[in-house]
Amino acid sequence: MTRFVLRRTVQALAVLLIVSIVVFALMHVLPGGPARAILGPRATEAAIAAFNQANGFDLPLPEQYLRWLTNALHGDLGFSYKRNEAVASLLRQTVPRTLLLVGLGTLIAVVLAIPIGLIQGVRRNRPVDHVLTTITFTLYSMPVFWLGLLLVDIFAVRLGWLPPEAPSGGPLQMLSNPAGLVLPLLTLSLVTIASFSRYVRASTVEQLEQDYVRTARAKGLETGGVVLHHVLRNALSPVVTLLGLSLPWILGGSLVVEAVFNFPGTGFLFWNAAQGQDYPVMLGVVLVVGIGTVLGSLLADLGYALLDPRVRDQLSTT
Amino acid sequence: MNTRTRDAGRAFAGNRLAVIGLVTLVLIAVFCFIGPLLWRTEQVHTSLGDTFLPPGTGHPLGTDDLGRDVLGRLMLGGQISLIVGISAAVIATTIGALYGSIAGYAGGAVDSVMMRVVDAVISIPTLFLILFVAALVAPTVGALILAVALTSWLVPARLVRGEALTLRNLDFVSMVKVMGGGSTRAVTRHVLPNTVSTLVVNATFQIADAILIIATLSFLGLGPRPPAASWGGVLSNGLQYEYSGYWWLIYPAGIAIIITVVAINLVGDGLRDALSPRSAR
Repeated sequence: MTRFVLRRTVQALAVLLIVSIVVFALMHVLPGGPARAILGPRATEAAIAAFNQANGFDLPLPEQYLRWLTNALHGDLGFSYKRNEAVASLLRQTVPRTLLLVGLGTLIAVVLAIPIGLIQGVRRNRPVDHVLTTITFTLYSMPVFWLGLLLVDIFAVRLGWLPPEAPSGGPLQMLSNPAGLVLPLLTLSLVTIASFSRYVRASTVEQLEQDYVRTARAKGLETGGVVLHHVLRNALSPVVTLLGLSLPWILGGSLVVEAVFNFPGTGFLFWNAAQGQDYPVMLGVVLVVGIGTVLGSLLADLGYALLDPRVRDQLSTT
Repeated sequence: MNTRTRDAGRAFAGNRLAVIGLVTLVLIAVFCFIGPLLWRTEQVHTSLGDTFLPPGTGHPLGTDDLGRDVLGRLMLGGQISLIVGISAAVIATTIGALYGSIAGYAGGAVDSVMMRVVDAVISIPTLFLILFVAALVAPTVGALILAVALTSWLVPARLVRGEALTLRNLDFVSMVKVMGGGSTRAVTRHVLPNTVSTLVVNATFQIADAILIIATLSFLGLGPRPPAASWGGVLSNGLQYEYSGYWWLIYPAGIAIIITVVAINLVGDGLRDALSPRSAR
């Protein structure tokens, strides 16, 4: 196990290094380079040259990269001239909110997707399965922003039960105003449930065809007992991997949800930056989101190995 | 047609849902590409005297905020959604297939480095990368296709690499070298053709994803600019009037997206089942 953890961690570190190189490269594909992006399209050549010299953008690229990386490691992710605020400070305000949205949303989705997928798998091709499949397929195929606005229309405008916008303030203030969180969370978890339950269903169907299920049934166990005692655990451990793999996709969904509900998280920050071409902010967000995803999938892989000894052995030998 | 393709075709034809999906897709394509020839509408110039007309004679689905016929607009929007979706999937699959087969066939250090690059780029959510690209360039249809393609080649690259790793050790591939053939020949003639079924299935799902992504881009204000429109553009435009009761600006475009994406997924599932050797038996 230790060898596996070490191997996987070293791999994650290598990936993190490449993420930083990718973000550094993005900074240099900007039209006119970082100086033009920060000073704006009307800056004179002289101003750009002066800016480049002052910020070290005239140095050879590898040296620039090392300086940028050192700064980033010290928490300096650049400065947003559009907002007149350090990128790191903007991230410190928004990341906790997005963590709250994504964390709670995913938790709700997992808790609901597992029973839904199990029922579908056990009752495969029966009416229940068809109804649930139709619902999840529709949700999965629906643009997230439309789903969000439809929920707003129903629950906020017509019924007046919930506020149409996300609460403001930090994550703790948000939690103290849970009504405002319901619709953003509902939107994000509905899409995620749609994707996860399909996976749990497939996994359950596969497990039910295994020999050990037939044996357990032959011993006289009821279907319910077999599912609870044997199938559930085997069908679920892949869900942990799925979580790790779906993280970028969930974060994308979270960006749309944040845009729909004016939820002041990292996705919303990124969206505003993209519209205003605020490149320092965009690069900072991409870097942080990339790091978060790499760490998330590392945790998922370690968790999977912890749950399933077979995977652990397989992974440490390859 | 060889036996394997015929078997797969038969398995696909026996899958009711997949056939329904395929027929739906053909109908949608006919609607989008042949429809405008039969139902001619003015989509470039606005007609401000006819705005927000409800569905009725002359305009089966009513008119939008600029007086354009919604039925005609759906056909036009569908063209762009389908063209962007299909082109992006084809380009992404081609890039991914080449990248993955080279990495898998080379193996060793080259493979490790190439796949860590994939791991790194894949950990930046597609939507964030696409927004970055869309902020850089003007959102023309060509730019959108490239933006989506450049961010979705990673999954096919991983899939093909996995298969290439297995294939390179099989006799018929390793013999290429013994018989004096180069690596290029081994990859293009022997590795890639054997990954086709995996690639086709994945490309199908990518078309569906791409249609949803460009719809989202329109909502985020970075989609194709008018008078061009995608279904997502028509839908987001309609959603501005969500509370005015102009349902015909929202539901037709939204339902068009859902039906198309569901149909593509049904076809994809059908292809996967038909092409996977396990379920074919």
